[in-house]
Amino acid sequence: MDPGAPFAYEAPDMSKPVAIEDRAASQPALWSDYLQLLKPRVMSLVVFTAATGLVCANQPINPLLGAVAILCIAVGAGASGALNMWFDADIDGRMRRTRARPVPTGKIRGAEAATLGITLSLFSVMLLGMTTNWLAAGLLAFTIYFYVVVYTMWLKRWTPQNIVIGGLAGALPPAIGWAAAAGETPLNAWLMVLIIFMWTPPHAWALALYTSEDYAKVGVPMMPVAKGAASTRKQILIYSLLFAPICQIPAFTGLGGPVYLAVAALGGAVFVLLAWRVFRSRAGDAPDERIEGEDRLYAVRASSKDARNLFAFSILYLTLLFAALLAEHLAKIAPLELL
Amino acid sequence: MTSPHDDMPPVPAAPVDKAALARARRGRNIALAIGLVLFVVLVYGVTLVRMGGHVASRPL
Repeated sequence: MDPGAPFAYEAPDMSKPVAIEDRAASQPALWSDYLQLLKPRVMSLVVFTAATGLVCANQPINPLLGAVAILCIAVGAGASGALNMWFDADIDGRMRRTRARPVPTGKIRGAEAATLGITLSLFSVMLLGMTTNWLAAGLLAFTIYFYVVVYTMWLKRWTPQNIVIGGLAGALPPAIGWAAAAGETPLNAWLMVLIIFMWTPPHAWALALYTSEDYAKVGVPMMPVAKGAASTRKQILIYSLLFAPICQIPAFTGLGGPVYLAVAALGGAVFVLLAWRVFRSRAGDAPDERIEGEDRLYAVRASSKDARNLFAFSILYLTLLFAALLAEHLAKIAPLELL
Repeated sequence: MTSPHDDMPPVPAAPVDKAALARARRGRNIALAIGLVLFVVLVYGVTLVRMGGHVASRPL
């Protein structure tokens, strides 16, 4: 651990963390609690990116089959969320952001969440395979496995690179959507995956810079906890400098058109500017002992604003990129193919 | 999976409200029923699309 790291942190035990005990529900579970297990907000982003992949494949697909494919991908993502909530209930209950989730609050028992997750995983993969093709189903099964086993059970509590590698799970939905429509995943499908994959670290670390206290408390080695805020801010800038040019590539490979290029170029510039501001800020730093009283608190909070701005803009930028691709393909605007 | 986690705060014992329990169970059952009906409709629709037209006149 760097001496400058803001919070006390001990390397976590590499053995499997103790899953939460099935506890008697203190209040009856509503259907909406089960829906919450599926992380509906994450599902909405998955639906959006998968639908973009499906449309960008430019292959005729029956609208009902297309809708079922998107539903299966959404349910698969939800199943991953339920399994994640089952496994992580012990740390979720001690973090501000997650302590109201249904398992740590005792509304739903851990075993129930796990059963729901496994059932929906099987349901979504099988139905996607029978409805579209087994390449798409295989990719969905791999995504669920990667998120639950590789990220949640292994990487998350073990390495500061957890969200870098684990980000692959969140990046795959466009390729699944593409495969569902076309039965193959050409370079452009993987380009969409690459964009989300490279977007994940600056996005997640910007959030972690101002929530690292929670992660430190439960021993999750997020980058600001394990390597310190200064190192995290530098890595955010490096990833942003790589991410912004990568976002321009679709305009050269026949995937994106003029609208996409404009959004990617302008948004990319803003993204790098915000990352630069984070790099120059003191976001995530512990309060300076030399500053007295209220000023000390204000100095830290003000610098966290740069991290909040980058976090918020990162969501907007990714949404706009995929919205531009979706709109261009629906409006049949010819891609640029600059190469 | 079943051993207790020492760090978890104990859940306070709440008085059992039988009416609330029944309401919650009814809500869950209705949601499950809607989900099952939608699933049946979905599979029916997908089957029609996948089979295509003129099913009766296909070569046996």
